[in-house]
Order: sequence, then structure tokens, then C-alpha cells
Amino acid sequence: MTRAPDVLVIGGGPAGLGAATRLRAGGAGHVVVLERDGEAGGIPRQCGHSPFGMREFHRVLSGRAYARRLVAAALAAGVELRLRHAAVSIGDGMRVTATTPDGPIELHPRRILLATGLRETSRAGRLVSGDRPLGVITTGTLQDLVFLRHLVPFRRPIIVGSELVAMSAILTCRGAGIRPVALIEEQQHPVVRAPFSWLPRLLGIPVHFCARVTDIVGAPRVQYVSIEQGGAVQTIACDGVLFTGQFTPEASLACLSGLAIDTLTGGPGIDAAGRTTRPDIYAAGNLLRGVETAGWCWAEARAVADAMLADLAGPQPADAAAIAVVAGPGIARVVPQCLRPGAAGGLAAVQLRLDRAGAGRLVVRHAGRDIYARTLRSGPERRILIPLAHLPLRDLAGPLHVTFETANA
Amino acid sequence: MPDGSSRVFDVAIIGAGAVGCAMARRFARHGARVLLLERGSDILSGASKANSAILHTGFDAPPGSLERLCMQDGYREYLAIRAARNLPLLQTGALVVAWTDDEVWRLDALLRQAHDNGVGDVRRIGRADLLRLEPNLAASAKAALHVPGEHVIDPWSPFLSYVLEAQALGAEIVLNAEVTGGEFDGQTWTLATGQGGFRAATVINCAGLYGDRIEAALLGAATFQIRPRKGQFVVLDKAAARLLTAIILPVPGERTKGVLLARTVFGNVLVGPTAEDQTDRERAAVSGAELRTLLDRAATLLPALRDIPVTAAYAGLRPASEHKHYRVHRLDGKNWITVGGIRSTGMTAALGIARHVWGLYAGDAGAPAETAAPVPMPNLAEHLPRDWQHPGYGEIVCQCELVTSREIEAALSGALPAGDLGGLKRRTRCAMGRCQGFVCAGRLAELTAGRFRESLAQPA
Repeated sequence: MTRAPDVLVIGGGPAGLGAATRLRAGGAGHVVVLERDGEAGGIPRQCGHSPFGMREFHRVLSGRAYARRLVAAALAAGVELRLRHAAVSIGDGMRVTATTPDGPIELHPRRILLATGLRETSRAGRLVSGDRPLGVITTGTLQDLVFLRHLVPFRRPIIVGSELVAMSAILTCRGAGIRPVALIEEQQHPVVRAPFSWLPRLLGIPVHFCARVTDIVGAPRVQYVSIEQGGAVQTIACDGVLFTGQFTPEASLACLSGLAIDTLTGGPGIDAAGRTTRPDIYAAGNLLRGVETAGWCWAEARAVADAMLADLAGPQPADAAAIAVVAGPGIARVVPQCLRPGAAGGLAAVQLRLDRAGAGRLVVRHAGRDIYARTLRSGPERRILIPLAHLPLRDLAGPLHVTFETANA
Repeated sequence: MPDGSSRVFDVAIIGAGAVGCAMARRFARHGARVLLLERGSDILSGASKANSAILHTGFDAPPGSLERLCMQDGYREYLAIRAARNLPLLQTGALVVAWTDDEVWRLDALLRQAHDNGVGDVRRIGRADLLRLEPNLAASAKAALHVPGEHVIDPWSPFLSYVLEAQALGAEIVLNAEVTGGEFDGQTWTLATGQGGFRAATVINCAGLYGDRIEAALLGAATFQIRPRKGQFVVLDKAAARLLTAIILPVPGERTKGVLLARTVFGNVLVGPTAEDQTDRERAAVSGAELRTLLDRAATLLPALRDIPVTAAYAGLRPASEHKHYRVHRLDGKNWITVGGIRSTGMTAALGIARHVWGLYAGDAGAPAETAAPVPMPNLAEHLPRDWQHPGYGEIVCQCELVTSREIEAALSGALPAGDLGGLKRRTRCAMGRCQGFVCAGRLAELTAGRFRESLAQPA
């Protein structure tokens, strides 16, 4: 194995594999992908359902088939894929320590791409009250149990949350003979409206909006939960609690490697090239901000790969001063967090999310002057893009403030 | 099922918590035939599973108390025996930080108490020195006592090593054996348990939260009353560990030590505990509101903790009694020794309590005769070499805590295998990291199939 690759990609999901394939195709020499699991492909691997692959392979695939295609494409491009290799630290001087079944190794890449993905927020991270019995898990664990191991952790759980992944949870349950007894959502509407307005009811699952779990009771297994809804508390007998969504970047390695972490996204801050606060370390995919689709992560990582190719090809024109992009009122988060005029490759747009649903005016302001504005109606589950081509960055200095101004604000 | 009724043990220790485990080791080393009965599916299933993992010097223990004596004996013995058992020690020291003028004033009395308790290296430091030692502490800190001898340990592995040592000396450990009744015929106790009947000359009641109930059931009346006190803790992500060095203690109030911040040997930062009196002995539930209060308190003490994600939250019930002090006594004519009311200092004091109780039992505290080769524990501490650093580990099962399949397999086999998921977590750290099992719970269900009474998952 090459111990001094040109690029070391950490994480073998859609972003890592997509970038590695693109890097090889674009002429990067040695490209090594470290995947901590025994199989590459990332989260889609444990999704037995479709649709995946429309953007990448122009067809509808199941998650597992899609993951296999990604791996095959990377290997065909000459990517060196190392399974059961987990990066544990990035020291000074790009010294990467990784675990391998044959003992720890050290790697000295020229560039690193972090593509470590995300996870769902655990019950502990949500600070939910109650006992800590068996059967309190997240969707990722359920899929792993059902699809990869043909095991079920419960038969009659409640499901918490109505993000898109909760759909996946319902379908996973259905396939495994698990009958959810209720779906609990804190908001007054489902986070993802289309399927949730009909699917759970179609399957006979009672849906409780404006409700939250106030107690989990049972030992050693869940016996019931208490939910609070409009001031009233009721109990629901169940044998498990499935927490869905609330994705958070798997940013531990980034954080412990000294990269600046954006408190809004929970991931490393980047510029439009995907570069973090350590100039030789890039980041892409769901590590940047929590959940987007596999296809989005794949395309985004390829764009970052293009910027890395330009960087590897030779010194870039002297970097213009970075212009910070600051999330103002109404904006939940923004990626990238800074822009460098004239940089090659990289992301074509600023991605952002609103902090609530509403209609209003999206404004980018510089030094008190609006440099971009448009009206829109959207909700927090929607990705909103501001193409960089629409932002007159030349001659600007100092931060851009992005705000969403609703009519009644 | 084991039924030891034909064999007569010298002592039956009820409860394999921290105190019971240390007791089994001490008695076995003196040559006693020891029976250790535990209600749970694994050792440390009750109050002992949830503590702050701090090895205390006893600097603020009640002067002249049995608690102080046992803490300091326990502290010394732990330091003396830990190397041979591969038990970790994170030498952090502690800072008792005063945040108000009243607390500054109380530091003087606390310093005198520390010196009276024989902890001579405690000294008072001013604000500038304090912030030099802990630059991330909130600037409103006023002064502190520096207690260099307070350290952090692995809160579980010592007790497993003590039990294994006792076992090697012939002690019998019976799990899932709740004591439901018992009779004393003037010479021998016969105990009824979930695993059948057992006979022993003497009973040592180390039943923690159930100590008074055991006495009510077996003696007709309890010599003390348990008043459970719940303590909730939050474990913060490892990113927090570089923000502090020492254990940050509050100036103690009347009832408890208050909310502290401490690194753990596993590389996290611990915040807690709360102190909530309750009547329920079974439920140690966390409460979102209390956890948020703890997080706010932590961020007040050390502002950079505000942005650190929560890794885990847990709660435990401390077996406090109606009096502040330990309740340790021998009932002559009943062949009974009570070891009750061992509150939050029990982890530190366990070895000292065991030594003291041997003295009560045998009349003198002479040196033990029997020795077994100490059983070295697998290291789980982050500051020492871990299993993943050695080739041939198989696979990494828990990616957050880098727990290997070799470690999991070892914990599921051997003389005292993990009896439930909690026991496996305490033995290996698996699923205790930032993802809380998001990645590894499926694999763990597979690896533990058929090993636990309560399986993690069933075939679909």
C-alpha cells in the first residue's frame, strides 16, 4: 500500500468514492480511500429500498445496488480502496494514523479529503427523559439489523420524527414484520409533507403532531412511553423507541485534527473549493452539514475533487482574501462558510437552509448593500441555492450576510 | 442452576457492587470461604454502575469518621495494587473553585479540614494561579484549593479485577440471585435466592439500595433506612477533554459534593451529579430538564463547553441513609455485619471498607495469608495503549471508542463473562461513544446472540 498517496480520502461512502473516482479520472496519481467498515458504500449500503443512482448512473437502483456501483466505478478508475481501515488522527505535517487489523499504520498524503458522513442524533444527544432500556435505537441501527443481519430489535415501537428518513424507517419496519404503534412529531406538520400526509395513515399508524416523548419507561426493555401533546400527557404501550433523523456530521476526526467547526452545521467550515481551515485538508458530503441525498453528496464531492486537482496541478494564483458568508436572521446554516474570488473548481453555489417555514425575501448583503435578493416560499427541509455566478465577488472585502426576511418580521 | 445449600460458606456477601466486590477479595485473601450473591445479571448493576470515577483523597471527608478512614485506606490500597492489575490512573489533581465571596470565605475552613484529615499537600491558590492552571475556566472564578492527590480512574475495571481475584481464591459468585429470605439457626444462615438456597455462617450485607429491605426481611427489622438520592450525569464529547486538566469541584455544601467537571479515563468530560432525593429505588431515570440544567451549569463554569455535543447521559441512585455517615456494624448473636449507607464515596472507600469489615469479623486486621496472582485488566483508558494498537484484533466493532472484536470476545468469555449489555459496555466501552450504538449496535446484537438473558435483537 502506498504510504504517501497524493490524496487520502477518509470515508468510503457516496462522497468519498465519488471524489476518489473523479480524482483518478482527472489525473491524480495515487488515490487511497480508507473505509472503516468491512465493505464500502456508506449509508446507502444498508438501505434495501430505492431510489438511488438517478444522478450518477441514470437509473433507479436500491441502496445496496447503488453502493456496489460506486465501489466498482472507483476500483475501475484505479482507486486504492482499503477496507477496515479507520483514520484515528491527523497530526502535524499531514501525518495520518489509521487502525488496520494488522496494527496501526501511518500515512503521509499530500492532500486529504474528509468524507466521514453523518449519524442520527442519539437519544442521549436529544436529552430525552426516562429509563435506558434495550430497544431505544436510531434508524441507522434498525436498517443495519434488518437489512444486513436479518434481526429485529422490537415488534411494536413508536417512531419519533417525520424527516424523510422516517419514511425509510416505516418501510424498513414493514419489510421486517415490525408494526409501529405511533409516529410522534414535535412540529404541527410533518417535516417532509408529501408522503407523510398519507403513508402512515395508509399503513394504520396513528400520527401525533405537536407531541414529544416525555418519559421512556421499562427495564430491561421498553414497556411504554409518555407523550405530551397540547398540555395533555398520555401513555403508549410499546416495546421500543425509534429515533429518526436529526442528522449530525460525524465530525470527530475533523474536530480532533484542529479544524474549525462551524457551530451551525456541526461540520468543518469550508470555502467554495471545499478547503477547511487546514489548507491541505478538504471536506465534502454530509460531514459538511448533516443530511442531503447520496446523489447530492456524490456530485458535491466531485466538484471538490476538481478543486483539489487544480490545487495538486500547481500553485494557485495568490489566494484572494476570504470573504466570510454569515448566516443571519432566518437562516439555519450556510455552506460554504467563506468564498475566495477566482478559485478554480469547487462548489457552484452557496447552500442554505431556513430556520422555519415561510414566505419572504432572501437577501445577501455586503457592507449594508443588497448584492443579491429573491423572494421565495420554503421550509427548513428544503435546500436553497444561491449560485456563486450570481454574486459579484470581485472587489468585495469583508463578510456577506445572508438573511431571510418574512413579511411580518 | 447452582444450589450451594449442601456447602457451608464462611461468609455470604449480599451484593456485588463496588463494596461487595472489594469485600469478596479481602475475605478470600484471608482464606475465608466466600459466597458473593448478586441480584443483577452482572456485577456493578446497581448504584455502583453510575459514579463520578474520582479517586478521592478524603480531604473533605467528615473528620474522624469511618468514612474518612475507609476512603484514605482505600485510596492508599488502590495506588499500591493498581499496577499489577493494570488499573489506570489519570493524575489530574482537583481544584475546589470558589465562585462567590461566601465560597471564598469557606475555602479557609475547607483547607483546615483537609490538613486535619492528613491531606497535607492541599493549598490555597489565588485567581491568577487558578486561571494559569485552567485558562478556559470562566473569568468569574475567584480562588481555589488545589488538591493534587485527587485522580480519575476507570470506575468499573477495578471491581471486576477484585472479583476475579476472589474467584481465583475459591470464592463463588452467583448472579441473578436476589436474596428473597433467610433463616438463622444460631450458627448458620440459610439464604433463599432466585438461584436456590445457600448456607453461610455469617452474612455481610452489602446490598446497597436494598440493604435495609434485606435486613427487614431477614432480621425482622432494619438497623438503618435507605433514602435513595438520584445523581444524573452528562458525558460530553471528547472535544471537551482538551479544555481542562484538573477535576473542577465546587465548594461542598451540606449534603453532597455538588456539580463537578472531570475528564474521564476514556477521554470525555463528565458533568454532574445532581442530588435528588426520591423514594423509588428501582427507577434511575434521566430527566431532560435536569440534564439541561447540568449543561448550563457546565457552560457557566467553563464557557467553551457550551458548543460541545453530548455523548451520553445517565443516572444512578446513591444508597444514602437517614444519617450522613456510613452504617457499618456487627450484630453479635446474629452473625451479621451491616455495611450500609455507603454513599457517593463508596468507590474510593471500597477497599478500605473491606479491610475495616475484616477487622470487625476477625477481631484483628492482620495481613492476609492467601494471594492469587493479580488478574490484569484489559486497558480501556485513552492515555494508555489500547487493544486496537496491537495486530490481530479482528475487526473494530465500535468505531467511536475503537473497541475490537477481540476485546468483545474476551469480555463475553472467561471466568466471569458479561451478563448483559451494560456489563459488556463497562468491560469494553462498546457503544458508549458519540454515536451511542448508531454504527455498532447491529454488530453487537450479532456478536452477543445467545450470550445474554435479554438478547439485543431476535431473528426477523
